[in-house]
Amino acid sequence: MWFEQVLFFLAAIGALAGALGVVILRNPFYSVLALVVHLVALAVLFLLLQAEFLAAGQVVVYAGAVMVLYIFVVAYIGGSDEPLRPEGGALGVFGPLFAAAVGIELTIAFAASGLEALDTTGEEVGAGFGSPAAIGQLLLTRFLVPFEAASYLLLVAAVGAVVLARRRRGLEGTSEAGPEAV
Amino acid sequence: MDITWYLVLSAFIFAIGAAGVMSRRNPLVVLLCLELMLNAGNLALIAFSRMHGGEAGQVFALIVMVIAACEVVIGLGIIVAMYRRRLPIDVDEMSELRG
Repeated sequence: MWFEQVLFFLAAIGALAGALGVVILRNPFYSVLALVVHLVALAVLFLLLQAEFLAAGQVVVYAGAVMVLYIFVVAYIGGSDEPLRPEGGALGVFGPLFAAAVGIELTIAFAASGLEALDTTGEEVGAGFGSPAAIGQLLLTRFLVPFEAASYLLLVAAVGAVVLARRRRGLEGTSEAGPEAV
Repeated sequence: MDITWYLVLSAFIFAIGAAGVMSRRNPLVVLLCLELMLNAGNLALIAFSRMHGGEAGQVFALIVMVIAACEVVIGLGIIVAMYRRRLPIDVDEMSELRG
């Protein structure tokens, strides 16, 4: 079992370091790369929890497709370094404090929840737990309606993104022609 | 490993993401931090599904991943639209909904 513990701590350190990197790094491009590290570490944790299908989906869909989209947009808008907050601002000080409070509160809630199963490694499960076959069967029987709703949601989001990012002739002309026309 | 370890880790990741959402000004990085928070929720869902020995929690996590993908697509679309309109890429400047 020591191998599982070593793997857990390595993946946990990777996930936390990636998460901190996303927040701390000033260049958005490096933040995206830190998020990729975080997502791969999370996929290892999913594997430790016997969620094989989700681990594969995490790497292929998230670390693959979604991150490519991010990198494309960062490159498109020119990921300029964000200047350090000059005046500090109330949220710059109280935001991390508030977040630390949330983290400690959630930890206390988990530790003091009184759920006895939390201190075990979980129920005994067979070898097929979390396999694509098991997840697919659930998606097509018990969770058919959420599954279809999710596919419609993806379609709506794709159409919405095209509408949002489309070139608008009228508005574009007035704002773009400003400096050049004069 | 006990399930508690996974839940505490997810609480920490959620807190880091919340700190980023509140303190960063670049909307791209704010979206990345939202991803962190959603992933922390996913980790907790999968840990609970392992605890109960049922796969329903994994299906929930899958749906959360779909929601996250939709949110990314819409958010990046808005950022590209802001860039096209020569608006500042800064969440503090963009404080009203009016185009």
